[in-house]
Amino acid sequence: MDAYTNSELISIFAMQGFAGISLFSVLLLMALGLAIIFGQMGVINMAHGEFMAVGAYTTYFLATFTENYFPSFMPYYFVFAIVVAFFVAGILGYFAEFLLIRHLYTRPLDTLLATWGLSLIMQQSFRSLFGAREVSPTLPDWLLGSYQPTETIHIPLNGMFVLGLTAVVTMTVYYLMYKSRWGLRVRATTQNRIMSGAVGINTKKVDRYTFALGCGIAGIAGAAFTTIASTGPTTGSLYIVDTFMVVVFGGAASLFGTIASAFTIAQAQSILEFFISGSMAKVYTLFALVLILMFKPEGLFASKVRR
Amino acid sequence: MSFVYERLMGGKKGLTGFIILATLILVIFPLFLDSFRLGLAGKYLTYAFAAVSLVLLWGYGGILSLGQGIFFGLGGYAMAMFLKLEASSPENTAIQSTPGIPDFMDWNQITELPWFWEPFTSFTFTILAVLILPALFAYIIGAAMFKRRVGGVYFAIITQVIAVILTVLIVGQQGFTGGINGITDLRTLNGWDITSDSAKTIFYFVTCALLLLVIVASRAIMTSKFGRILLAVKDKEDRVRFSGYDVANFKIFVFCFGAMISAIGGAMFTLQVGFMSPSFVGIVPSIEMVIFAAVGGRMSLIGAVYGTLLINFGKTAFSESFPELWLFLIGGLFIAVVMLFPNGLAGIWEDHGHKVTDRFRFIGKWFNKLTAQAKLRKAEDAKL
Repeated sequence: MDAYTNSELISIFAMQGFAGISLFSVLLLMALGLAIIFGQMGVINMAHGEFMAVGAYTTYFLATFTENYFPSFMPYYFVFAIVVAFFVAGILGYFAEFLLIRHLYTRPLDTLLATWGLSLIMQQSFRSLFGAREVSPTLPDWLLGSYQPTETIHIPLNGMFVLGLTAVVTMTVYYLMYKSRWGLRVRATTQNRIMSGAVGINTKKVDRYTFALGCGIAGIAGAAFTTIASTGPTTGSLYIVDTFMVVVFGGAASLFGTIASAFTIAQAQSILEFFISGSMAKVYTLFALVLILMFKPEGLFASKVRR
Repeated sequence: MSFVYERLMGGKKGLTGFIILATLILVIFPLFLDSFRLGLAGKYLTYAFAAVSLVLLWGYGGILSLGQGIFFGLGGYAMAMFLKLEASSPENTAIQSTPGIPDFMDWNQITELPWFWEPFTSFTFTILAVLILPALFAYIIGAAMFKRRVGGVYFAIITQVIAVILTVLIVGQQGFTGGINGITDLRTLNGWDITSDSAKTIFYFVTCALLLLVIVASRAIMTSKFGRILLAVKDKEDRVRFSGYDVANFKIFVFCFGAMISAIGGAMFTLQVGFMSPSFVGIVPSIEMVIFAAVGGRMSLIGAVYGTLLINFGKTAFSESFPELWLFLIGGLFIAVVMLFPNGLAGIWEDHGHKVTDRFRFIGKWFNKLTAQAKLRKAEDAKL
């Protein structure tokens, strides 16, 4: 540790901290979708990572398409891609719920297996459609480069953009779930399905749109992911365990808990990564999480709902 | 006699299934498969240990463990560490900068055998480690989780995370564990060449015998009072708790027992295949083990073996000719088994098997006729 001067250490912390914030943004975007699906509906969606990959591949496809046919549109395509990624992943999620999930609501452990099967099929589809190699879209110029507040600190612009996007999505989800009529119906269905049905809520429709929304947010996470790393057929499966940990650690039905736990996990991992190897950083982070969950199984911020 | 018949074999139906399975793996496979395919079958049968443990855990106990690979791996690694130490005697490793330690340690500039490797020079310790270490590990996880009434989905996720931790640890600590390649080049067991054909055949039969033994032991547990309470816990946990049982202890026991079975499978895997690597520890193998049990029928100990054999032979056949299709097929199988056949092969057999067995009814009739004739003759002899 003696090799670094104080100002260098501060820069390292700032930069690693910001790298952690990029990881935090992607984890949070993925976890938001999963928190809705798992926290509100109790469905374990093992294919959630693949819905993220759908968003990432949609962005890649649009980028290639724009580059080849409408090069002048390049600076603007990315915003458009985020919206398209949301709808493509959301519509796929809608059909997945209709064909698969809705038959399994009473058997949560079986949804886990069925969605794992779905994730294998989706992975192979990516491989057949886009090839086994990792791909990354050509990013618009305004996402490249970095912001330099001081001589030694470089903060990449794409990270800042993703952070902003995450803030917007989180706020929208908060509004949807806690301030809108629709969110009221979702929460009512979560708390008491039979009573909600009795007061005239179409619970099946609520389920379907909730699942589609969760998958759509995963699609946005995928679009954001392309600015940070390249996408391969198995990218989604790399993040699925981390995402589940974020949701479980945060307390399944709590939006604030999800944000706090995504922040803690991402920061712990990326700051540790600088001092020890990346794999050991992951081991320590996950191990600490498992230990904490053993003593506090309900997570950081448990919901007060009785089930 | 009735104890053996009713409890260990599961009555007439169970006995028939058991005899058919034993005939298949002990007689038909060795007679009709060439040595390469027999080796594959032996390897798959070691996975069946984990599948059988999942029938106990998931089918009877309602606890879905997505971490049976952890225990399979621990058993396998314990055995591999012993074999590796035997393979790296100072004479065999004289060209290394530090002779007498495994080659991968030498490549990673480790000059001394780590402390946790030391006890694995003893064969007795290794056998005990295979049987006890995974069960102990399972006890720690199980006690921490079940005593706090963590179950169902959360348990599945936590076991999965532990599997990830263990895999990342093994891959990351290359110098101590052999990294992503695992522990390779295992040749002898107490001076006996394990790569020879005769050794492989012997290991095949030992695996079969152990597997059949495990099935019998599992059935003994499941048909006992313990098994009934476990089943009751799965269906209505609260009622069992209100009846005064400590539910957690039942779950912990079956989790430890399942861990031990899986570890035996892992150790036999290492002996037959001659290496152990992290690719048998992580999430993917662990979930595959669940699908073996699901395809075989989550409530059927014998079905789990068929499920394992079927999927693995299918995987080998398909990945030889159509590697692209395999993932689609296995993914579809996951979905189909959950949605259409929740009781797997065993369920299909229950529903339609009698059509097949009816054809063979004549064997039973013939047997009854023979015994009746013998009785008659005996009676006539007595009269005379």
